[in-house]
Amino acid sequence: MVKVKKVLAQTYIWLVLLLMYLPVLVLIVFSFTTAKQVGQWSGFSFGLYKNLLTSREIWVAVGNTFIIAFTSAFVSVVLGSIGALGSFYSKKKWQSLYDNVTQIPIVNAEIVMALSLCVMFTFIGTYVFHNEIASYWTLLIGHVVLSIPFVYISVKPKLQQMDPSVYEAALDLGATPMQALRKVIIPEIMPGVLSGFLLAITLSLDDFVITQFTRGAGLLSGNSQIETISTYVQSHIAKRPVPPELRALTTIIFLIVVVAVIIITIRNIHKSKQAKVRKGRD
Amino acid sequence: MKSNKKKEAKKTRRFFSVFGIPYAVFLILFIIIPILIIVYYAFTENGQFSISAAASFFTSWAKWKVLLISMFVALQTTIICLLIGYPLAYFLANKKFNKNTVLVTLFIAPMWINFVLRTGATRDLLTWIGVKGGRMPYFATLVGMVYNYLPFVILPLYSTMLKLDKSLMEAASDLGANPFQVFIKALAPQTIPGIVSATLMTFMPTMSSYVISDVLSENMITLFGNYINTEFGLGSWNTASFMAMIMLLIVGISLFINLKFNKDKEGGRTQLW
Repeated sequence: MVKVKKVLAQTYIWLVLLLMYLPVLVLIVFSFTTAKQVGQWSGFSFGLYKNLLTSREIWVAVGNTFIIAFTSAFVSVVLGSIGALGSFYSKKKWQSLYDNVTQIPIVNAEIVMALSLCVMFTFIGTYVFHNEIASYWTLLIGHVVLSIPFVYISVKPKLQQMDPSVYEAALDLGATPMQALRKVIIPEIMPGVLSGFLLAITLSLDDFVITQFTRGAGLLSGNSQIETISTYVQSHIAKRPVPPELRALTTIIFLIVVVAVIIITIRNIHKSKQAKVRKGRD
Repeated sequence: MKSNKKKEAKKTRRFFSVFGIPYAVFLILFIIIPILIIVYYAFTENGQFSISAAASFFTSWAKWKVLLISMFVALQTTIICLLIGYPLAYFLANKKFNKNTVLVTLFIAPMWINFVLRTGATRDLLTWIGVKGGRMPYFATLVGMVYNYLPFVILPLYSTMLKLDKSLMEAASDLGANPFQVFIKALAPQTIPGIVSATLMTFMPTMSSYVISDVLSENMITLFGNYINTEFGLGSWNTASFMAMIMLLIVGISLFINLKFNKDKEGGRTQLW
């Protein structure tokens, strides 16, 4: 009985998983033929991959996407971590204010955030600079707004879990607050900072709405609007099927994701082994 | 000596609380002020106080219709996602059915494939099997929404299911409850925080998303997000701002609900790693 139940549960899990990946898998299969549309097969070929390699537009979009993801994640991590630190050492009243305002972008609809930023940038551009200010910098701010709360909420719990006596001991032993920060607090919060960084990258890579509303000219796009993978794909699929070269790109992205999943799995196994060892020692 | 130590602690507190200033400034400049500007535009016209945006919203049946349709689509998406995701999360979190933690990562991994690209892929697949967005816009949109938001439902449910107190369910069935009663009385009440955060993570974004419905329904279905986007594109900032404010209001209500049900602030999207 238990066995039957287990088989059913496993079947269900794998079925949903298969359905979830089906669209992407179909694109991958049809990336090995040069037909215009998914569902048509005009013989096996690597033609799309060759086209992808020589498509300047796509690589510009990919490059922009990564530049924005890493720079915005970096800014978010620095600003969000020191924000969490500052909030943790503030009075209770201020602390809850920090916490609540941080929740706003997390629950807010992306389009509302995007719209409000766009309106503000246009407003400032018109009345303060008398010029268009939409650029890489406004885009960067948009992405930081998107990801900074997640850095904050990853780091804050680490500070709360920290044993305050270690920090006090460091001070008693003659460390200055800055030294204690470097030697005691930063190592404590590092796991939170790291997961905040990864979350920030993920959110930025996937973003479309904020990008659409806050971007201007710049980066690898030169004098034209900054294109990211999201905006590039969106402008091409509005009326037509996914362009053939993008099927090849999907395969590459998928492979990267598979590698990421493998790395995470290995890390998890390693972690649980360590935990077991620790348990054994006690 | 002791008072000296207290003084020292107070000094470090003050020292470190200064670190929060850049973050606070950022929050004020780029989160609070933009929202205030939206509210300003919602209630003005050409710089003067006016309720014309509000009036035009509340008297327009077309706008109400969009709002109601969006809520309906969002509700349906949420229910379908919960129906698929709830048993899935239960199986994934239960050692009796699944010991493989890689599977959980696999359910979240689609989030790392660009979502516009995934939406395009979904449409291509649907077109191939004959479900063309132009012909069945509503169904196609719903499929796209479920595809996109399922991971956001699985994640919070899974993290609540991990913390389940299984002895409660065992006790219930030992005392003669049938499986349905066990579910209603012993399992479901424990998972309410997960259900609430899963609902919030699906309902709001579905209502306000516009890419998925644009692409999958081939512009035949307009959701609230599409509407805000179009109005803004046409240059009617006041109308767009007022609709954004309506959205904000709904967000506010859901934030309130979330605070009521979820005392611990972790969970959901934060527990990716």
